[in-house]
Amino acid sequence: MARLMLFLTRTRGVKRLHWTDWFSYSYLFLGVLLMFGPVVWMVMSSFKTETQLMEFPPNFLPYGQIERKIEGFENPLPLFLVKKGDYQGKILAQSRRVGILSHLVDPDDPDTLIKINVRDREPVKEFSLSLDNYSELFERFKFTTYLWNSIFITVVATLITLLTCSMAAFALSKYKFKGKLPALALIVGALMVPHTVTLVPLFLITKSLGLFNSLWGVILPAVASPTGVFLLRQYMLTIPDEILDAARMDKASEWKIYWRIILPLSMPALAVLCILSVMWRWNDFLWPLIVLFDSDKFTLQLALNSFQGQHDTQWSNLLAMTVLVLIPIATVFSFLQKYITTGTASSGIK
Amino acid sequence: MSTMSKTKVFFLFSAVMRLVEFPFRLFLKCFGMRNVAWFFLAPNLIFFGIFSLLPVILNIAYSLTGGSEILLNDRTYIGADNFSDLLQCEDYMDPNSCKEDLFWRSLSNTTIFVFLQVGMMVGFALITALILNRKIVARGFFRSVFFFPVMLSPVVVALIWKWILQRNGLLNAGIEYFGYEKILWLLERNWAFFWSVFVSVWMHMGFYALIILAGLQAIPKDVYEAARMDAARPFVIFRRITLPLLMPTMTVVMLLALIKGVQTFDEVYALTGGGPGTTTTFIIQYIYETGFAGSPRLLGLAAAVSLLLACALIILTTIQFIVKKRSANG
Repeated sequence: MARLMLFLTRTRGVKRLHWTDWFSYSYLFLGVLLMFGPVVWMVMSSFKTETQLMEFPPNFLPYGQIERKIEGFENPLPLFLVKKGDYQGKILAQSRRVGILSHLVDPDDPDTLIKINVRDREPVKEFSLSLDNYSELFERFKFTTYLWNSIFITVVATLITLLTCSMAAFALSKYKFKGKLPALALIVGALMVPHTVTLVPLFLITKSLGLFNSLWGVILPAVASPTGVFLLRQYMLTIPDEILDAARMDKASEWKIYWRIILPLSMPALAVLCILSVMWRWNDFLWPLIVLFDSDKFTLQLALNSFQGQHDTQWSNLLAMTVLVLIPIATVFSFLQKYITTGTASSGIK
Repeated sequence: MSTMSKTKVFFLFSAVMRLVEFPFRLFLKCFGMRNVAWFFLAPNLIFFGIFSLLPVILNIAYSLTGGSEILLNDRTYIGADNFSDLLQCEDYMDPNSCKEDLFWRSLSNTTIFVFLQVGMMVGFALITALILNRKIVARGFFRSVFFFPVMLSPVVVALIWKWILQRNGLLNAGIEYFGYEKILWLLERNWAFFWSVFVSVWMHMGFYALIILAGLQAIPKDVYEAARMDAARPFVIFRRITLPLLMPTMTVVMLLALIKGVQTFDEVYALTGGGPGTTTTFIIQYIYETGFAGSPRLLGLAAAVSLLLACALIILTTIQFIVKKRSANG
C-alpha cells in the first residue's frame, strides 16, 4: 500500500521518464481501452449483418461475404474460395447447397456445375458496412415516433426549466422581500428529497391532472428544478446591483430588467443548466417508465429497454438503435467537453 | 447557427418577452410594487408546490392507507400497518422469515451493492484523480475519456455491456481463446451482482474523479514547495499534506456517492432486470415493482418504503451539507 502511494504522488523528474510515469501512462491507456473499447465495439457491431452477429468468435471489423450477380441466376450468389481438389485456389459462386455438397459455378462459365464438399471451400469476405440494421429501424419500427417524443420532451422541458428557474433565481438574488428565507429553505429542502422517493404521490397527482400517458406528464414534474434555481441564483448574486439601478433610472420595468439585462448577463450559468437539463431529459428513464405505457408515447430510452427481452434479444436492430441514441449526447459532449468538465468540477452537479 | 436564424430566434424571443409585459403590469396593478418578487417566483413555486411539496405530504398520507385504489379518498386508513408489515420478521438476519421478504432482500442487496460500489468507485476515482493531477501529456483528453460515460444514458450503458457479456459476446470469446468455458455472466448470481457493481462504477467513476481532481488542484502549491524544501519524501508529502487537505472533498464525494448509490435503479434494471431471481433487485426497483409494475398495485406499501428511504436520504444529505459548509469555512 505504501509503495502504491509512492507511485501516485511522485512527480516526474526533469531528465527522463520515471517509473511512476510508466505506471501513470499504462493506467491511462488501460483506462482509454476500458472506457472507449465497449462503445467502439458496439458501434462496429451495429454495422454487421444478422449472420455476422451470430459468428463466434466474433470479428472486430464487420466483414461481409461478397455476393455477385451471375447470368442465369435470379439472386446474387455468394462467392467461395476452393481449398482442395481440381479447382483449388479458384473463386466460385455457390448456386445452392445440398447436404454436405455445395453446388458451385464458375462466374466466367456459368453453365457448368461443380460439386464440392462444403468443408473444402471457404467464404470470400471483404470489409463492408451494412446499413440494414439502421434502415430497418425506420421501416419496421416506429423509430421516428420515439425520436420525436424524446426530442419534444427534451426541448420543451429544457425551455420551461430555463425560464421558470431563471425567473425564480432573479427574484431570490435581486429582491428583498418577506418570505424570501422560507422560499430558499423550501428549495434547499427539496434538494434533499429527490423524485425517486415520492413516486407514488407524484403518480397520483399526474393522473388526476390528466397527464397520465402523456408527454406533458413527463415534462412538467421536474421543471421546477431546485438544482437549477440554486445554480442560477449563485451566479446572479455576482451581477452588481448598480446595473439594475441604472436601468431603473431609465424607467425600465422590472420585467424588462430581467429579460434584457439579467438573462444576457447570466448566459454562462444558463448554458450550464441548459446542458444539464438536456442530459437529464434525454437520459431520463424511471419516471417515463411509470407515466408512459402506450408504445406510441415511448421515448427512445423506453423503446430501447422494451426491445431487449429478458432472455432472447433481437440484437441487430437494438445495436443500431443504441448507437443512434448515443450520438446526440456524444456530439454535444465532444463539442462542449471543456465547459462540461470544468462546469461539473466547480458545481459538483451531474 | 447562421446569423440569419440567430436574429430570427432573438426576434421571436423578444416578441414573447414583450408579450409578458402585459400580465406583468396587470400583476403590479393588483398586488403593488412591494410584491414584484412573487411574480418572478410564481411559476416556479406553482410547479414546485404541485410536483415536489405536495407529493412529500401525500406520501405520508399514502403510507398510512391500504388497498389497491389509486385515489386517496377511496383508500382505507390502516394506520401504521404498512410499516409493521415491513418490519415484521422472525429473524432479522434471515430475509425468508420476514413477511415482506422481498423488501428485506432488496435492502440487503442494496446495502452490499452500495458498500462495494462506493468503495470501488471512490478508490478508482482517487487513483484516477491523482494520476490526472500529475504533469502528463494530453490531460484534457484523458480527463474527458474517464468522464464521458457520465453523460451516457443508463439504458445505453447497460446495453453496451450486455452486448459484451452475452453468451456469444466479446468476453466469452476472450476467455474461450484462453481455454476456459463460456460463462453466462448475467445469469449466474455472483457474476450478475459483480457486473452490476462494475457497470455502475464504470458509468459514474469519472464524475467523482473530476470532483476529487478539483479538490487536488485547490491545494495551494506553496505547501508542496515548502515540503520539498524540507526534503520530505513523496510518500510523506502524500500522507501529511495531500491526504489531510483532501479529506473534506473525499467525505463529500463519499456521501454524494452513497446518496446516489442507494437510489441506483436505471442501469442495473436495464442490465439484469433485477435477476437472476432477485439477486440484483435494489430498493428503488422494489418500490417500482410493488407500486407500479405488479398487480395488485400496493401503493401504500410502496409509499411506506419511500418514506423510510426519504428519511435515510435526508439524514445523509444533512451530514453532507454540514461537512461541506464546515470545509468551506475552515
